[in-house]
Amino acid sequence: MTTPLRSVNPALPTAAPVVFNPSGSLAVGARGIVKVFGVGDARTQALKGADFEASEGELHLIVGPSGCGKTTLLSVLAGTLSSDQGEVNLFGTRLTGLSASEVTRFRCRNIGFIFQQFNLIPTLSLVENVSVPLLLNRTGRREAEAKAAERLRQVGLAGRERQLPTQLSGGQQQRVAIARALVHEPRLVICDEPTSALDSVTGHQIMELLSTAAKAPGRCVLIVTHDPRIYGYADRISVMEDGRVTHVHAGASLTSFIHSENRS
Amino acid sequence: MFLLALKMLLGDRAKYWMLVGGLAFSSLLMTQQYSVFQGLMSWTTSHMRNMRASIWVVESRVEQVNESKAMRDTDLNRVRSVEGVDFAVPLFQGVLKARTADGSDKMIQMIGLHSGTLYGRPPRMIEGDIAQLRLPNSVVIDTLAMESTRLGSGMGRPLKVGDVFEINDREARVVGICQTERHFFGYPYVFSSYDQALQYSPRQRKMLSMILAEPKPGFDTAEVAQRIKSETGLRAFTIPQFEASTIQWVWNNTGIPISFLTTIVLGFVVGVAVCGQTFYSFVLENLRNLGALKAMGASNGLLAGMLLFQSMIVGLIGFGMGIGLTALFGLTIAKSGQPPFKLDASFVFQSMAAVLVICALAALFGIRRVAKLEPAIVFRG
Repeated sequence: MTTPLRSVNPALPTAAPVVFNPSGSLAVGARGIVKVFGVGDARTQALKGADFEASEGELHLIVGPSGCGKTTLLSVLAGTLSSDQGEVNLFGTRLTGLSASEVTRFRCRNIGFIFQQFNLIPTLSLVENVSVPLLLNRTGRREAEAKAAERLRQVGLAGRERQLPTQLSGGQQQRVAIARALVHEPRLVICDEPTSALDSVTGHQIMELLSTAAKAPGRCVLIVTHDPRIYGYADRISVMEDGRVTHVHAGASLTSFIHSENRS
Repeated sequence: MFLLALKMLLGDRAKYWMLVGGLAFSSLLMTQQYSVFQGLMSWTTSHMRNMRASIWVVESRVEQVNESKAMRDTDLNRVRSVEGVDFAVPLFQGVLKARTADGSDKMIQMIGLHSGTLYGRPPRMIEGDIAQLRLPNSVVIDTLAMESTRLGSGMGRPLKVGDVFEINDREARVVGICQTERHFFGYPYVFSSYDQALQYSPRQRKMLSMILAEPKPGFDTAEVAQRIKSETGLRAFTIPQFEASTIQWVWNNTGIPISFLTTIVLGFVVGVAVCGQTFYSFVLENLRNLGALKAMGASNGLLAGMLLFQSMIVGLIGFGMGIGLTALFGLTIAKSGQPPFKLDASFVFQSMAAVLVICALAALFGIRRVAKLEPAIVFRG
């Protein structure tokens, strides 16, 4: 049985799945995404014409059973994996029309990443780890480290700038990863299972940070998760099944979805 | 980012030291072996520095300075008659046996100089007067000959001016001690007058080993040597020509260069193998981190530059340690003079370039891997 991190009202009715039309400015839009891995007998179609939309200012969860294509969709949306068919738009830029190096530059400026295993470089200090996105954007080292130190302070790690990631707990490491993802003020924050390696209290703290980050103007936070404990933080939830987004929950539908998930 | 790249590498102490150690060993192997080889090559041509002469005339089949095929005495006048030759003098060189105070026989490199000019005399006298070679039964020995394990054997002390020993049952009185460069064969030099050297040497029909000549002022040395060759049928070399011919002979007729070259190549291969494998394993272990950097917007070019930078830095550190050890080896053996050691600046730069090539190759394996790396790897479990 899972413990909800944010309580929902169980009295709310369970809504039927709906396709949500975002009312705010479109941050992320994907249409007809197809992705195939392997050839011959090993051929697997991970995405079968997936559509996806997310608006600015929202924390959007992508959920679904294992193997449904969540991570593949996230990779395509982040521009770290090219799709075989379909179109991806991020903040008005058609990603599928850009060259590989242009996509890399776009990612560098506009996307922050939070990974399941944190992916902090173990031999670099916290402040050095956090300053990486700024350095990649050609910010000078001193300025980058000053901004990184400020971000670390914001995630509650002031005074630990020179420590190594291995000296921190899992939750603290994920906070460093959040600081790193936000330090260059990206418009889109991509999170892959950010709480799956954490206990519920730490997971709650991490989601509070991400929820706050999502409220920044012009920003969108996308989270792929298996963890129903964090559903309560979502502004919208896209449910995936068999390579497609089958339902999008928001408003009352979202509340009832969360309720039903927590009950099950 | 390059500074962070360096910290990434330095943070992995085991890999860092394995890389530096491998490269230091590789550098040591290459530079030490080359230096000893260069020293040996230098020994093969030491005659030319111990008997300085502008033109060396030898029998037509002689290829190198340590070889002597006797010429006719009349060849000397034929050389003297060539236009552009200022003067030409005979030289005797041969390996003879000397008997020391305790009755043991020692091999010596006998050099007989023209008594009128003493042309071909050793460059530096430590004691005595070279002119005294004109006295009967007098010799000048080098510092190696003084040693108690050489001609000083049985004296209980090094040989000195005024001491006497025997060469082919003839008295040889030391009238001077000179400084020479050691010869490839390791025999000590003993200088005497040409006529005296003929007395010491077993009599043969032809005794003239070489002719040393000097061009007239204003004449080009190489041109005069060429003229001697064409007019007399003898071979005539300038110093650089004779050095090159001697070293070429060693390359063609001995296994020395091949054996040293093999070790130098092995040093390079060991460097590539150790460094390549370790660096590749470092890249593999950091693949997720590199994937994360790639996802965050690091281009392939930047990551390649970072890997190259890391490998070049360990290359320079490893090379520095290797060349330092080679220099230490050189300084340690400098006192004994064996094995020969000659490390020239050009080879230091060449071997540094070789080590950097090793590092570039090592980085190349990693760069290929990283170039193929999909940044989406970081989203997989």
